[in-house]
Formats: sequence, C-alpha cells, structure tokens
Amino acid sequence: MTTADLLGKILQVAIGLAVFAAIVGLLIFFIDRAPKKGRDYWQLVGFLAPALILLAVGLIYPAVRTTSLAFLDKSGNFSLENFVWTFTQPAAIRTLINTVIWVLLVPTISTVLGLAYAIFIDKSRGERYFKALVFMPMAISFVGAGIIWKFVYEYKSSGREQIGLLNAIVVAAGGDPVQWLQTDPINTFLLIVVMIWIQTGFAMVVLSAAIKGIPTEQVEAAQLDGTNAWQRFMNVTVPGIRTSLVVVLTTISIATLKVFDIVRTMTAGNFNTSVIANEMYTQAFRASEIGRGSALAVILFILVLPIVIYNINVLRKQREIR
Amino acid sequence: MSSVAPADLPIKDGEGEIEVAVEGQTGKTGRVKRRLTSRGATIAALVIAVLWTIPTFGIFVSSFRPAELIQDTGWWTVFQNPGFTFDNYADVLLSPSQSSPQLGSYFVNSLAIAIPATIFPLVFASMAAYAFAWVKFKGANTLFILVFALQIVPLQMALVPLLQTFSVVLRPGQEWIHDIIPIIPVQNYLPIWIAHTIFALPLAIFLLHNFISEIPTDVIEAARVDGASHSQIFFRIVLPLAVPALASFAIFQFLWVWNDLLVALIFSGGTQDAAPLTQRLAELVGSRGQEWHRLTAGAFVSLVVPLIVFFALQRYFVRGLLAGSTKG
Repeated sequence: MTTADLLGKILQVAIGLAVFAAIVGLLIFFIDRAPKKGRDYWQLVGFLAPALILLAVGLIYPAVRTTSLAFLDKSGNFSLENFVWTFTQPAAIRTLINTVIWVLLVPTISTVLGLAYAIFIDKSRGERYFKALVFMPMAISFVGAGIIWKFVYEYKSSGREQIGLLNAIVVAAGGDPVQWLQTDPINTFLLIVVMIWIQTGFAMVVLSAAIKGIPTEQVEAAQLDGTNAWQRFMNVTVPGIRTSLVVVLTTISIATLKVFDIVRTMTAGNFNTSVIANEMYTQAFRASEIGRGSALAVILFILVLPIVIYNINVLRKQREIR
Repeated sequence: MSSVAPADLPIKDGEGEIEVAVEGQTGKTGRVKRRLTSRGATIAALVIAVLWTIPTFGIFVSSFRPAELIQDTGWWTVFQNPGFTFDNYADVLLSPSQSSPQLGSYFVNSLAIAIPATIFPLVFASMAAYAFAWVKFKGANTLFILVFALQIVPLQMALVPLLQTFSVVLRPGQEWIHDIIPIIPVQNYLPIWIAHTIFALPLAIFLLHNFISEIPTDVIEAARVDGASHSQIFFRIVLPLAVPALASFAIFQFLWVWNDLLVALIFSGGTQDAAPLTQRLAELVGSRGQEWHRLTAGAFVSLVVPLIVFFALQRYFVRGLLAGSTKG
C-alpha cells in the first residue's frame, strides 16, 4: 500500500461522508421549508423517501427479478429446468441433503450445549467470565472461525509430526492421520462443528437470561417437595423457558440455512460439502449460471420463510403476555 | 415474562447482558445458589469452556511462532520447542513484496467500508422509524409491515439483480469520479456502501421503531405545542433519547459489516482497491492454505477489532447481537 493509495482511501471516505451529510442536510432543509399546502405530506416524504427508495431498488425489485430469473432458461423463455436441475443432478441433490443435515444438527446441538452450560454456570463464581469465553466466537467472523478450525483439522502425512490438534490426538491414540476436510462424509460434520462452536454462545446467553427469569419461589417449592435436580430441570426450568427455547432454536435454524462463509472458507464446497447458500454463489457468480443460482436463492427463501413466520408469531404472543 | 426476545432491542431491564449481578445476593437465594451448583456441573462447565477456547488459543500462540516451527511442531509443544517472533505480523501487515498478503491495505478497506456502512443506514433508518412512529398518515401500518416483512428476504435473493443494476447505474459514476480525481480508483467503495446500507435497513427500521415509538407521547406533544417542527423534534428529542438503541444497532451493524464475506465478494471487486480483510483471508486460505505463519497472524489481525469491541462494549454488543441475530 503506497501513501497515495492510503490518501485516496481516506479521501473517498471523507467525500462519501460529506456527500451523505449534504444529502441529509438538504432533505432536512426541505422538510423544514415544505410548502404550507400539504405540509405534513411533504415532511413525511422527506423522512421516509431515502429508506423506501433504497429498499425498493435494492431489495424488492431484486427479489422479484430473482424469482423470475429462476423460471427462465438461457434463451429467456419460461421453463422449470433450473429447478429440475436442482432436484435431479447428484451434486445439487447432495447440496440439499447437506443443508438438511446442517439444519437438523446445528440448532439442536447448539441449544442443548448452550442450555447445559447456562445451567452449569448459573450462579457460580465467575459466571461472567465463563459466559464470555463461550460467547466470544459470536464476535468473530465466520472466515476467522474457518481459519481457526482449519488449523485444528490440519493434516500432515503420517510419519511427520502433526500440527493439527485433531490429527495429533488421533495419532497419539495410535491411529493414522486423516485428511479430514477431504474425506466425505466426515467433512460436512466437521464443518458443522464450527457452526455449533459459534452458535452455542448465542443459545447460552439467551437461555441464561431466561433461566434467571424463573421465580426463585418455584425452584424452592420444588425443592421442598423433595424433587431431584433432573426433575426440577424438567418440570420447572424447561416450562419456564419454553418461549426462549423456541426462539433460540428457530433463530439458529435461520442462521444455519443461510450459512455460507464457513463452507466457502474451509472447502469452497468441494469434496461434497456444499450447501445451498454456497452453491447459489458458485452457480451465479462463478459458473455464470444465473438461472440455477436464482433457483437456489428461491429455494433458500422458501425454506427460511416458515421458520421466520413461526419465530415472529412466538415473539408476538410473548409480547402480548408481557 | 422476562425471557429474552431477540427480535427486540431489550433495553428495559438489562435482559441479555452477560454480566448479570449475582454476587451480592444473600439469604434465601444464597442457599439455593449452593445447592444448584454441584461439583460435577462445575467440572463439566470447565471442560466446555476449555474446549471452546483451545482452537482460538492455538491460532493465537502459533501466530507468534516462527514459520518452520509452526510447520514441524504442534503449537502445544511451544515449551519444548520455544521460539517467539513478531515476523509473521510484520510480514502480513507491512511487507510490500508481492508474495506477502499485504493485509495493511485490506485492514484500511475494512474500516473504510464498515464506518460509512454503519452511519448511512443508521441515519436513514432512524428518520424512517421516526416517521412511522410519530407522523400520522394513511397506510402507515401497511407500509411498516411491508418493511418489517423484508427482513425475511435472504441476501441471496437480491444479489444478482442488484449487481446488474449497479453495473448499469453506478459504474459510469465511478468512472467519472476516477476521471476527476485519479487518486480514487474506479473500483471504489460506493457499491459496497450502498449494498450494506440497503441490507441493513429493514432490521434497523424495525428495531429503532420499537424503541422510538415507546418515547412517552407527552414528551413529543409538549414539543409540538411549543411549536417545534418535525425536524426539530427528531434532532432535539428523539435522537438523544434513542441513543441506547442507536448504539446497540451501530455496534451490531459495524461488526456485521466487518465480519461479512458474501456482500464483499460480490460488490468489492476483490482487489486491494476495495476488498475487506475477510475477503482477502478467505482468498489466502484457498490459494496458500499451507502457509500457517501467515494465516494465523492474518486471522488474528482480523479478529482484533471484533474482540476489542466485544470486551470493551460487552453490554451493548450482546444486546445488539441478540437483536440482530436473524439478519442476513
């Protein structure tokens, strides 16, 4: 990076911010000086226009366009060939199956681990430090997490000293080192581990807050009744945090359906590890198969839709209760 | 009911905070406390905590080891095979040679992308949120529900057409800017700023609306009676009161952009001119996956900013993250 480059970049940001400030300033100016007639209307337009125009151009129109692209063949005629491809080609089917495996395993395991951890550390000494350690992966990028775990899975040919932790353990136990990320189907599960590593912290923090919301009297009453820890957990804790459990499960499911960076960074979808979001990128932006990419985007949308609606419903009910 | 609702900015009673004060409790709760924490549970918690930390720790230790040692010995043998160096960091950040990753440049890009891409949506969204909450108009509800519903559209649905639109609409503008100010490359930050702004809006409007609409009506009415205009109310009353929500969202959005890969891959052009750290690192993993001295140091360079934010602003950070957890 030369000084000129750096200068150019700083200049860009400065100009960008200045132009933005000017646009907002101008808007406010017109909002204040709106004509007396229909004043409220013009002010409203001033406040709403930037956001609504951006959303229309950048989200609504593209979503409609992507949907139509999914139903067009290369010469621009209506056809279902993109979807046929998705559900018949072995590689594409594998992508769908992998996505299903991801979305079955990540939310359940993350939630169980997060809940267990939240209960184990509840009211213990140094609780916040315990929490910070497990929550930390939420802060870093999926790319960073990908590198961190790729190092754990690193392979050296047998006979050489292993530098990847996993292979070192395998060798120490008397086994032969494995090329983890190239070995189907274990590689998909190892990628899933990375996502679990990230999402457990989220589950833990949400559920921990929910556990603290359970009235102490209920726990004490259960204790006086002579219940053991497991009974208390099943009959007091779980019902008390049911809404939060659902929210955590659905939220992690949505994040998992859209997972892209981890697969992209660690295997780029090779060795049968691809998932929908990664395949969408590969098809649309690497293979120039716009139609197939769009079809995959539509499938992703359809998969996410019911979970999001359910999630919103739960949240709305919960707010009514509150 | 005080269980956490992630799609809400939980400002009220400190939900979703990591540091929930428990130390000062005594009496009855103290008794429960002892009974709930058995020794086995503590050990299990310790095991999980260690398991969760080891991978990151391994990268951290390795980033300070000489290249040959990383390649030939496990990082856990660091005491048997001692070696400490800053060379890896110097190499990835500062070395001008073509073969080094030259992350310094990409680090600047990440900052140059993330700061405006946080400010732009924050301003536009708070304006829209104010209008939805405090300007009465026909169809307000329908419009708000539409914006709210846009949250469920995955990024993937927008990428292809948006890229096409940009290449038609923005590209000439970028070339024009380059002609006037040659120091700014054709591939500038504009597309990626706009893309991030658009993708942030639905969530931002929704969250800020939740907060802004709960400002007491009396406060707004009093200002109106005093003759304040909409813009005065917005700047003098609403924005100052909404600072906690703005801060939470700003931190969330900054980290989201900083950690993003997908949007960068599509809108940055992939060169030193505008690509962020994440994109460069992902590329390095693909092309030079064996150069662990560079990858470990590079990974840590990209982790440093989120970790600082995490430890310095934990409270806002957790709130923001919980609130935005379905974004993307």
